[in-house]
Amino acid sequence: MLKIQNIQTYYGNIQALKDVSIEIKEGEIVALIGANGAGKTTTLMSICGITPPRSGDILLDGDSLKGMGAEKIVQQGIIQVPEGRRIFPDLTVLENLEMGAFLRKNKKLIQQDLNYVMTLFPILEKRRSQLGGTLSGGEQQMLAISRALMARPRVLLLDEPSLGLAPLIIKQIFEIIRQINKESNTTIFLVEQNANQALKLADRGYVMENGRITLVDSADNLLANDEVKKAYLGI
Amino acid sequence: MEYFLELFFGGLTRGSIYALIALGYTMVYGIIQLINFAHGEIYMIGAFVALIVAGVCTIYGLSGVSILILAGIIAVIYACAYGYTLEKVAYRPLRGAPRLSPLISAIGMSIFLQNYVLLAQTSDFLPFPRLIPDFLFMEPVAHIIGSPELVILITTFITMILLTLLIKKTKVGKAMRATQQDMNMARLVGVNVDRIISLTFVIGSALAAIGGVLVASYIGQVNFYIGFLAGVKAFTAAVLGGIGSIPGAVLGGLILGWAESFAAGYISSDYEDVFTFGLLVLILILRPAGLLGKSHKQKV
Repeated sequence: MLKIQNIQTYYGNIQALKDVSIEIKEGEIVALIGANGAGKTTTLMSICGITPPRSGDILLDGDSLKGMGAEKIVQQGIIQVPEGRRIFPDLTVLENLEMGAFLRKNKKLIQQDLNYVMTLFPILEKRRSQLGGTLSGGEQQMLAISRALMARPRVLLLDEPSLGLAPLIIKQIFEIIRQINKESNTTIFLVEQNANQALKLADRGYVMENGRITLVDSADNLLANDEVKKAYLGI
Repeated sequence: MEYFLELFFGGLTRGSIYALIALGYTMVYGIIQLINFAHGEIYMIGAFVALIVAGVCTIYGLSGVSILILAGIIAVIYACAYGYTLEKVAYRPLRGAPRLSPLISAIGMSIFLQNYVLLAQTSDFLPFPRLIPDFLFMEPVAHIIGSPELVILITTFITMILLTLLIKKTKVGKAMRATQQDMNMARLVGVNVDRIISLTFVIGSALAAIGGVLVASYIGQVNFYIGFLAGVKAFTAAVLGGIGSIPGAVLGGLILGWAESFAAGYISSDYEDVFTFGLLVLILILRPAGLLGKSHKQKV
């Protein structure tokens, strides 16, 4: 479904992604793991058109996303939950959710999805007129995921959804991710430092080091891989 | 007491104009962290366009308020076009450049626009017709607040209400607020950020033009240089209230207007500028972010 072909992304003169290729099939959960500064976030930002790659191509269902602005890519159904949540701090919870559906016109369907995310995360219903910036970290992560769902994603990109959260909340978030994948057959591309959790959830995984993909395998094989164990699982 | 009220309403009138112009500074700053030094020139151009329209209208025998409305509308359209072009030509190519570059570009545009009007028009002060008649019903209170002041107050009040509704209630207003809070995240939910920035310039320019027309018809003259002082004062108002904050711009404008009016009335009109800028220094020492400005905190 989403095919990243040999992309090279630069920040000024510094090359952050070196010949990265990733393929994600429809309905799959794919994890991208790696250390700090490996280029995981840059990969997502390149897909979304915030830091467009200098060369290489990104295809969605065989159509190139090259030259599309970020907002055009969103329109294609590629939606990101960025690192650190990036909730609009001075918009209310409800307004944040409405911003998620910014490009959609059908008010009835938007209302339907609002109800859906509020049953997914009942706490959002309680906080609906509170400012986004006043939520706790876990609540913000729930809001960020819900905001992305409001766009009816075909491919959902998640950047470190477990960052800075309590273990219990992480478990809950990962459970919801699995549920989103199962219920609406949403394709999920998950970037994580928490390799253990991510690989347990994912079907397949990619390992990234210094801007390169160094390993590709099924999630189970990666969990059993000695190198991965030593470097990322701390076993 | 009557003297106090007269100064009060005089200050309120001035202040509401400062607020109107300050809104343009603060909205642009809020969204791209740029002080648009050419903003005062948009105000001046608005006044000039209104002068030309008023001249033409007088030939065709229109009168007073109808000219003011027509001149106001055309001035706003022109100012919007200037504001839009200004952003596109002078600032958009510099997006992503170091912060100093667009600032210098802004100063350049300010000088350019002043000289453009200087060459295209004249360096003299041109008389601007008094378009606001003395309303009969205002006669009993005319020594406290005149008809022009009343028109200015009502116009700025309505404009600010409309602006508030636009920002608080509409979808595009929500997108503007989102863009101001986190530009890249706004792009990630599908907001065309370039369009929002253009819109911000257009709205700010419209407000400045309304201010320009009102002041010109109140004071009765225009000149290519009027944008400078108005710009500096409004900028001061924006900083006073906390740059980036919309209620702050209004509050800053009103405080500035009153400070000037009372300083001129009770001390000496020679000292009104000393007073306003002294106030600015004081606020910057005590509350560097301005009265309603906030230093940004973020939860991670």
